[in-house]
Amino acid sequence: MNRRRFIQVSAVAPALMLGSCRNQVVPGSIIGAAHRAGHLLRDGKTSAAPSKTAKTDVLILGGGVAGLAAARQLARRGITDFLVLELESQSGGNSQGGRNSVSAYPWGAHYVTLPGPDCHEVRELFEELGLIAGHDAAGRPIYDELALCADPQERLFIHGQWQEGIAPSAGLTSDEQRQFREFREEMSRWSETKGADGRPAFTIPVDRSSRDPTILELDQLTMAAWMDAKGWTCEPLRWQVDYSCRDDFGGGEDEVSAWAGIHYFASRRPDAANADHDTVLTWPEGNAWLAERLAESAKGRIRNHALVLNVTEQSSGVQVDVMNTTDGHGGEIMRFVCRAVVCAMPRFIAQRIISNLKPLDQPPVYSPWVVANLALDELPPSPGELPAWDNVVYGGPSLGYVNATHQNLTAVPRETVITHYEALCGSPPARLREWMLTQTHAQWCDRIFSALAAPHPDLAAHVQNIDVWLWGHGMVRPTPGFISGTTRTVMQQHQPPVFFAHSDMSGVSLFEEAFTRGTQAADAAIRFLG
Amino acid sequence: MSEEAPPQPAHSSFARPWLLLLSVFAIATCGLVYELIAGTLASYLLGDSVTQFSTIIGVYLFAMGVGSWLSRFIRGDLIAFFIRVEFLIALIGGCSAAVLFLLFGWAASFRIPLYGIVFLIGVQVGTEIPLLLRILEGRFAFKDLVSNVFSFDYVGALLASLLFPLVLVPHLGLVRSAFLFGLINAAVGILALVMLKDEIQRPRGLWITGGVVTAVLLAGILQGDAITRWGEYAAFSDPVIFAKSTPYQRIVITKNRDDLRLFLNSNLQFSSRDEYRYHEALVHPGLSSLPDARRVLILGGGDGLAAREVLRYPRIKSITLVDLDPAMTRLFSSQEMLRAQNNGSLTSPKLHIENADAFTWLAAKREPFDFVIIDFPDPSNFSLGKLYTTSFYQRLAQSMSPAAALVVQSTSPYVARKSFWCVDATLRSCGFQTRPYHALVPSFGEWGYILASKEAITTQLALPDGLRFVNAEVVDQMFRFPPDMARVDTDINRLNNQALVRYFDDEWAEYLH
Ligand SMILES: Cc1cc2nc3c(=O)[nH]c(=O)nc-3n(C[C@H](O)[C@H](O)[C@H](O)COP(=O)(O)OP(=O)(O)OC[C@H]3O[C@@H](n4cnc5c(N)ncnc54)[C@H](O)[C@@H]3O)c2cc1C
Repeated sequence: MNRRRFIQVSAVAPALMLGSCRNQVVPGSIIGAAHRAGHLLRDGKTSAAPSKTAKTDVLILGGGVAGLAAARQLARRGITDFLVLELESQSGGNSQGGRNSVSAYPWGAHYVTLPGPDCHEVRELFEELGLIAGHDAAGRPIYDELALCADPQERLFIHGQWQEGIAPSAGLTSDEQRQFREFREEMSRWSETKGADGRPAFTIPVDRSSRDPTILELDQLTMAAWMDAKGWTCEPLRWQVDYSCRDDFGGGEDEVSAWAGIHYFASRRPDAANADHDTVLTWPEGNAWLAERLAESAKGRIRNHALVLNVTEQSSGVQVDVMNTTDGHGGEIMRFVCRAVVCAMPRFIAQRIISNLKPLDQPPVYSPWVVANLALDELPPSPGELPAWDNVVYGGPSLGYVNATHQNLTAVPRETVITHYEALCGSPPARLREWMLTQTHAQWCDRIFSALAAPHPDLAAHVQNIDVWLWGHGMVRPTPGFISGTTRTVMQQHQPPVFFAHSDMSGVSLFEEAFTRGTQAADAAIRFLG
Repeated sequence: MSEEAPPQPAHSSFARPWLLLLSVFAIATCGLVYELIAGTLASYLLGDSVTQFSTIIGVYLFAMGVGSWLSRFIRGDLIAFFIRVEFLIALIGGCSAAVLFLLFGWAASFRIPLYGIVFLIGVQVGTEIPLLLRILEGRFAFKDLVSNVFSFDYVGALLASLLFPLVLVPHLGLVRSAFLFGLINAAVGILALVMLKDEIQRPRGLWITGGVVTAVLLAGILQGDAITRWGEYAAFSDPVIFAKSTPYQRIVITKNRDDLRLFLNSNLQFSSRDEYRYHEALVHPGLSSLPDARRVLILGGGDGLAAREVLRYPRIKSITLVDLDPAMTRLFSSQEMLRAQNNGSLTSPKLHIENADAFTWLAAKREPFDFVIIDFPDPSNFSLGKLYTTSFYQRLAQSMSPAAALVVQSTSPYVARKSFWCVDATLRSCGFQTRPYHALVPSFGEWGYILASKEAITTQLALPDGLRFVNAEVVDQMFRFPPDMARVDTDINRLNNQALVRYFDDEWAEYLH
């Protein structure tokens, strides 16, 4: 006899019913991820002859954060003869955003953690953008508080109530409390540990972490296996660890390496003057705010709807063919000849496009993601703590939702947009990608409603529109062996005149990684051009 | 369903199981209606519907859990017990709205009876269904039984949710709706009594209880209107002469002889008996020390009372008043009794009203003001807490002239000492020099203000005529703090920590208990 279900049903049934009367026809659509154009490439349907040729010094392929960071760096170093070629209708890649009449909202990346001292490129950017407004007497950065996530930052729906914070804390047995305590202690130990080479065991950017083999050993087993070996097996802790892996890497604790799993908890050592160490920077449109600022340094030099078809080295320079996809499928092809190329698209695409690029022995794994933006007439009330920026439901596949109007300063926001995240994992990614293309808009809506049914049984009654974005290759996944292995070393080798910048060669997909890679690739290209 | 039922020799009197299932349906509907009533009533009386509903749903669900757990310990005559529970729910749930309305007069501790009643109803609703399941056990195939109970439960709850907003509230009002659903619960009890009389040992006591409960509820339905009216009067201890819910708050005005009171979300904003103390103390220590001040900004203060004090200075050229709620400023500019209170300040040609959110309004750099009066409600929730943060004061500073000063009403340094000094610390962290002070306003108690400026100001008072509270000696006293209100170390209030709201919550909660 399931008491819990009874309680849920009688408390929520009305709303459910109201909801299901309406959810038949939730307006909205599946948008984004120009996979149709991308599939042109995959299926090799792109072999027409170019109708025009143009010359430029540097071409940046891909206008995500890495590509835009490269553009900014070129502009800062006085190189203005460059173009950014971007497949989508707007730049930003995984960090793009949208907007409706109520608010801007993210389509992918939505926050950046406070950068520590190892992340000096990003710190410099933040100073330039005014996000770091100055330093206190101790030299700690003072952040723009309008960009710091407003309190309350996170809440978790568990035992029928919202609690503050994401780590389950209510109703733990004393043994569970012990496991949580030991786990936290272990993570702060790792956070302070340095390797034999004197570098921090875990830091961001990933490749500034220690290469001490005794630490890299952690990359050989899964996070789940490591947790088992430690004897930390209680469900609430394992849920939190699994949630964190899915949130940052798009893979479960049994799919990512222990090195990566620990990195999530032990790599952040910020030193802000005016924020707790776990505060994040965020904006209604998420990291699209940053992407837009970056794009300004490439103003007038970004070509959208530009599908890069192939890159070949010629004696005259590098030759790049690009198809215009403004009308949604194959269009006019244009040929660029340039002196250097910054390749800021994911490796699996670069592999198809760049001639003479040796295939990787073990290509990286990419996690598929589904992101949905829900326009609501209000965020329906539910028991416990009040709405936070990040709202997570215990158990289940969903990663919860962030509230786009949370950063609003207005006293009484009612209408809002929430962004719901799910990383598809647990099966081979290729199979999940196929499956995801078979799902209809209505099916996605149902999936979201059921993921959020426990706290918001009446959600459907408040929904005005749902748009869904499918990220087939959302982020690179740090599977066991990937961080410490040779694949990444090969991916990171520039092949002048081609320089690589995408965040996938970091092994974890973060703004900081993409930005640093882009900046470094541009620097390398500048050195090459002399 | 009867085909699958096992043979039922002993309980042949229980011939119509569907009647009991119908009661499940009624029970589910009633339980939910009580919960909705409590939530609506709490939002209506206390404002801030999101918080009220989340708390009430939380308490209710928890109580249901407790109830269903307790039901395991019930032994003996289950049927009699079930009927007694029904009558009790009928009584408590049915009278809940009326009782809450009447109790609201004790504004401070109102939450105790509110959550108490919600809890009691929750426990009983949580008990009744498991109890019913045990009674029905053996009369149906068990699997069938469970699914039947749940589907009836589900449909009942659906009905409630449809009925509530569409029919009950508009046509019957909260008080009578509660009584009506109480009657339905009582009817379920009586039905069980009739059908199962052979199985109950001493039905007489139950019959009497049922009769009394029904009579009480019937009387309630008939008197519902009177109770509502009486309740609003009792709620505010004085007769309510105006009540309106706007998108931002619930405005209530009461009047008792010469005492006019304004309540926003049931928090007293002023009493005409002593508001002059509050507003004179708010405005004069600062403004009278700024002989060059010409342009004044008032944030909040839609009642026009602070503006009235500012207009005592002929040298003031312009006042900009920013208040979120157009309903407030409209009311206080047009209603005669209220205009008498603020001397028609809101229609003064010097005054200009902006109905906007202060934080967003200040995003644009405004004309530099020489004196700023911040008269926001206390920082009792996160939205209000934002208006007391470093970011807010930094933004405000952009619209102040170099020699300008600002004053903030900063809750009670006696009741909420940390909150008060947190506002002070926050202002100082933004580069302001502060001069905290306090005054006694009988209807509020010991109240605090903070005067802040970029350049040091000395209070050289050039006070206007006609003041009833503030004079040079009184002001001198105001700046002295006795040990029980002296400065304490606190966090700085930021958007990303909401330290003030957390202090304020703790301190007032403790004071009220
Ligand atoms: C759902 C989701 C949520 C995330 N959340 C966060 C977060 O909160 N914080 C965080 O730090 N990180 C987050 N990330 C990680 C995010 O990927 C990185 O922060 C960063 O945006 C990666 O930038 P990039 O430039 O390396 O890659 P991408 O964003 O992948 O950029 C590659 C670009 O190349 C373009 N391109 C590809 N093929 C072609 C072609 N043939 N021709 C032309 N252009 C092409 C693509 O359209 C794209 O714009 C998230 C990722 C996803 C998917």
